[in-house]
Amino acid sequence: MRFIPALALAAAVLLSGAGVASAQENLESLRGKMPINQEARSDNMFRPEKDQEIIPRNFQKQPPLIPHSIKGYNITQNFNKCMDCHSKERAEETGATKVAKSHYLDREDKKHSNISPRRYFCMQCHVPQFDAKPLVENTYKPAAKKGE
Amino acid sequence: MMSLEKYMPAWVKRIGAVTVLLLFVAGIVFWGSFNWALEATNKEEFCISCHEMKENVFKEYQNTIHYTNRTGVRATCPDCHVPKEWGPKMYRKIQASNEVLHKILGTIDTPEKFNAKRHELAQHEWDRMKANDSKECRNCHRYDYMDYTEQGNRAAKQHPQAFIEGKTCIDCHKGIAHQLPAIDQHIGKQNEGAVQISHGEKPEEKAEEKK
Repeated sequence: MRFIPALALAAAVLLSGAGVASAQENLESLRGKMPINQEARSDNMFRPEKDQEIIPRNFQKQPPLIPHSIKGYNITQNFNKCMDCHSKERAEETGATKVAKSHYLDREDKKHSNISPRRYFCMQCHVPQFDAKPLVENTYKPAAKKGE
Repeated sequence: MMSLEKYMPAWVKRIGAVTVLLLFVAGIVFWGSFNWALEATNKEEFCISCHEMKENVFKEYQNTIHYTNRTGVRATCPDCHVPKEWGPKMYRKIQASNEVLHKILGTIDTPEKFNAKRHELAQHEWDRMKANDSKECRNCHRYDYMDYTEQGNRAAKQHPQAFIEGKTCIDCHKGIAHQLPAIDQHIGKQNEGAVQISHGEKPEEKAEEKK
């Protein structure tokens, strides 16, 4: 009588173990089957695109894309590398695009003299360009502008 | 030996040929060991043997282009922080005795103490680079030999303009090898009232105001 629950438990453990093992075999992360303590091969690593002129927006109010290399650019509490050129104080001298007025509004739409803390991390919206080709075809079309 | 004696100058005869030879060897040994000590204290391993350097500036440095890059050519601490010429090098080495004193005093022996002093320490290096026209940068990077067509859009535009204005490397390239201190960029409350970073033109304006 005592053997039955023990057997059932053993069977359940064996079965679930087999289930986990097969699921692990099917799953493959982006770095392949490389063990976690080894470095994955990097032959298909994406490379940043060469610096270019301003990239036109794809739709209205799209955050402008970053058309230049940002290698080694840090945003820390002490210093925001992007704002060294793009802040309104520096933009004229550096020829960079000035941060938009919307960046000075807080969430209550109140205007401030400094950029809003919620806009501090530039790359939450503005992204640099890599030679990554889309995995699937994209048929997106922007909505027509007013009057079009 | 007798025949050689007539060729010897009077002062050699006075102190003896063997003594002269010994003095000559002692000179070589002295100069050799002096030079050896100078070279030994001019190595990266020596610099980062202090935890103040190893755990702050050296760690930050490892993420930068001067430490790791495509071709594997890299700069070590003395390449930027110790002049190559003999005179300025001696001057810097004597100056460094002050750093030994502060190592003993423990002035920057925690990351918190280091960060509190970061602006002062950075300003020393900025001033030194500004005064010698970024000599340590120009040991490798010469603007006469820059091919602007090989540079990125922004660099190709900014470099000739900056050189015409008489700017030097450090005017723009601050914080490229180590993290910057808090800088007031007019972009947020947290650094309000911190120092403003100079881009090569501001110190001159300040100097004019003082006059």
